[in-house]
Amino acid sequence: MDLRYGEKYDAFGAELREFLRGWPLAGKEAGLPQRERESLFRQRGIERGYVYRHIPAEYGGAGREPDVIIDQVISEEYAAAGAPGPLFTQGAGMLAPTLLDLGSEAQKQRFVARALTGEDVWCQGYSEPGAGSDLASLSSRAERVGDEWVIHGHKVWTSGAEKADYMFGLFRTEPGAAKHAGISYLLLAMKQPGVDVRPLREMTGGALFNEVFFDGALTPADWIVGLRGQGWQVSRSTLKHERNMIGNPNAMRRLFDELVAMLRGQRRDGVPALEHPAVRQRLAEIEGYLLSHEYTGRRMLTSTARGDQGDLALPSLMMKLHGTNLRRRISEMAYDAIGSAALVAPSEPEQQPLATGTPGTWTARMMGAIAVAIAGGASNIQRNIIGERGLGLPRDLHARKR
Amino acid sequence: MDFGLSEEQRLLQDTIRGFAAAECPPARLRALFEAADGHDPGLWKGLAEIGVAGLALPDAYGGSGLEVLDLALVAEVLGESALPVPFLGHALAGLALAWGGSPAQRETWLPRLATGDVVATVAFGEPGELWQPEQWTAELAGGSISGRKVFVPEGDAADLFVVGTRGGGLALALRSAAGVRSAKVAGLDRTRGLADLELAGAPSEALAFGARTAARVRDAALVLLAADAFGAAWRLLRMTAGYAGTREQFGTRLAQFQAVKHQLANAATELEPTRGLFWYAAHAVDHLPERAPHAAAVAKAHITDRAFGVARDAVELHGGIGYTWESDVQIWFKRILFDRAFLGTPEVHREHSADLAGW
Repeated sequence: MDLRYGEKYDAFGAELREFLRGWPLAGKEAGLPQRERESLFRQRGIERGYVYRHIPAEYGGAGREPDVIIDQVISEEYAAAGAPGPLFTQGAGMLAPTLLDLGSEAQKQRFVARALTGEDVWCQGYSEPGAGSDLASLSSRAERVGDEWVIHGHKVWTSGAEKADYMFGLFRTEPGAAKHAGISYLLLAMKQPGVDVRPLREMTGGALFNEVFFDGALTPADWIVGLRGQGWQVSRSTLKHERNMIGNPNAMRRLFDELVAMLRGQRRDGVPALEHPAVRQRLAEIEGYLLSHEYTGRRMLTSTARGDQGDLALPSLMMKLHGTNLRRRISEMAYDAIGSAALVAPSEPEQQPLATGTPGTWTARMMGAIAVAIAGGASNIQRNIIGERGLGLPRDLHARKR
Repeated sequence: MDFGLSEEQRLLQDTIRGFAAAECPPARLRALFEAADGHDPGLWKGLAEIGVAGLALPDAYGGSGLEVLDLALVAEVLGESALPVPFLGHALAGLALAWGGSPAQRETWLPRLATGDVVATVAFGEPGELWQPEQWTAELAGGSISGRKVFVPEGDAADLFVVGTRGGGLALALRSAAGVRSAKVAGLDRTRGLADLELAGAPSEALAFGARTAARVRDAALVLLAADAFGAAWRLLRMTAGYAGTREQFGTRLAQFQAVKHQLANAATELEPTRGLFWYAAHAVDHLPERAPHAAAVAKAHITDRAFGVARDAVELHGGIGYTWESDVQIWFKRILFDRAFLGTPEVHREHSADLAGW
């Protein structure tokens, strides 16, 4: 074990910090609208090789050699500086890597760079009312008519659909084929007749998600990723990227720090909350989970750096479940700590900037922690994966009969 | 940045694992468990020959010159195999002498500890839950020591005691000296011995730099206990997964029921991510002294609590057989309970870690 980054990386870090002193922008650039300021600085990061580092330059990335330690240094320094780095949108975080893995040359040329800059906004069309955890039972269909696909059906939990330019999604194209083999991965334009987006109101009161109805929507024949009937395999690649986003340890650390900061201002039984034994015990136990989560992230990073994937298998299966359990513990402790403010409906749930820290933010987060336990493979699905692939247990009874 | 083990460290673990499998197969372990001596001289001699007795002692005194992390990796495998050997106390007494002994004290004792010929241990606990250096009351004055020490690991087998004294110092006392009396405790964990120690004006000398060593030895102890519990809990998890994968009820294997599968998956997800806690804490005791007390407290509190949860699940998932004396589940169940209670419960160490976190 050696937790130092070493000379080469220290030098890299120093150079990067120097560059990051350029954020926030100064002079007349400071007067630009926020979106433009962010894309300007992001573009500079790409040119210097800090942002979208491994993506080839011809597709809008920096085209540098992979180095996971450098990636770690970059993500830490960008987080510390609060500077605009890579976008973590569905387009940049999920579609772009999927197309780079499996897309045609024409698709990469047309879509990747614009997804990375955010010029094109994407949404994901997987879940349906009748296809949640059992995603492969989806029934929205696309029929090939001439040079086009004609799409009918109904998608749900489509975050960002109301502003999206495009959707990547799964559609049944081979009606006679077996469940998993009849699905294709299609791209389509959202702003067309035949696509109807309706907001889906959540228990928090907000509406981050939508339902999308298709009634004869059209997309070109060659906007299919992979072959006909291979959509399931293609979507596994996208889901892997989503799971990595949900388990991110840095986000947990920020949430925990906010909890501690909030407790500093609270009192309990007439003493400062942080001096109350029950609060201290609970917080210390959560810190044990948090540090376990962070160190597991470091172990996985080390395995990747060494090219020793075998070591990484078991903990990587657990990161989503461990992370969502942790998020639940942090947000529920905070929800308890706000006291009777817990009776008040949260205003603008989940859409407030993290820093505002009103009691309502914690109410919304407490509920939001349930949402992440469902999204991207629900906790009970994770438990099956951990049991079967991680511990080598036999498949469930009914699953074997299938 | 490398948060992982070296090839040598993996090899060390595999070597001990191989030794345990060859020298202490299940029937032998069961016999030792029934005997409840907590110390098998033959196994200890074998481990000493592999270098375990002097693993973290300096080369100059016949040790292997390795670190607390390496000791923790050995502790993990000893927990996994529940070997009844005086490793915990001996390793800690060795660290105390190596870190806090005068040149003469090191010269006198370390070569003999490194071969395992002299078995040493630490006498820290005192009646009334007084485990920590700042709580010790044993009096060392004018070359003799008086006081009562409780739950001394391998206290019945050890030749040399490193005793915690008032003000957080450390002192040496020989078992053979006048005024030293030990009484075996009927311990819950039958793979490790415990004894109470009565010191009545026994001849003793202070460890030269004991006062600045004691807390660091305590931190190392927390790490070794955490590592032992981690290894023991993984052993139970594997045993239980194996059992649930073969035992049939309702015409099918238990693990095909999601209730069982999910309970095992939850237990594994509680346990496996804690591995980094004891790695980091061990590394901190070696290299990041300002981080070590917090990291060690978190590792001990968190891992022994998670391990206890796994142990409870292991009994429950084995069903009635898991609750019998005949079942081996209890061997590791009790091993974990030792690690959890020794040197203070998780609650004590959570409070300590909260303090150190600045809350």
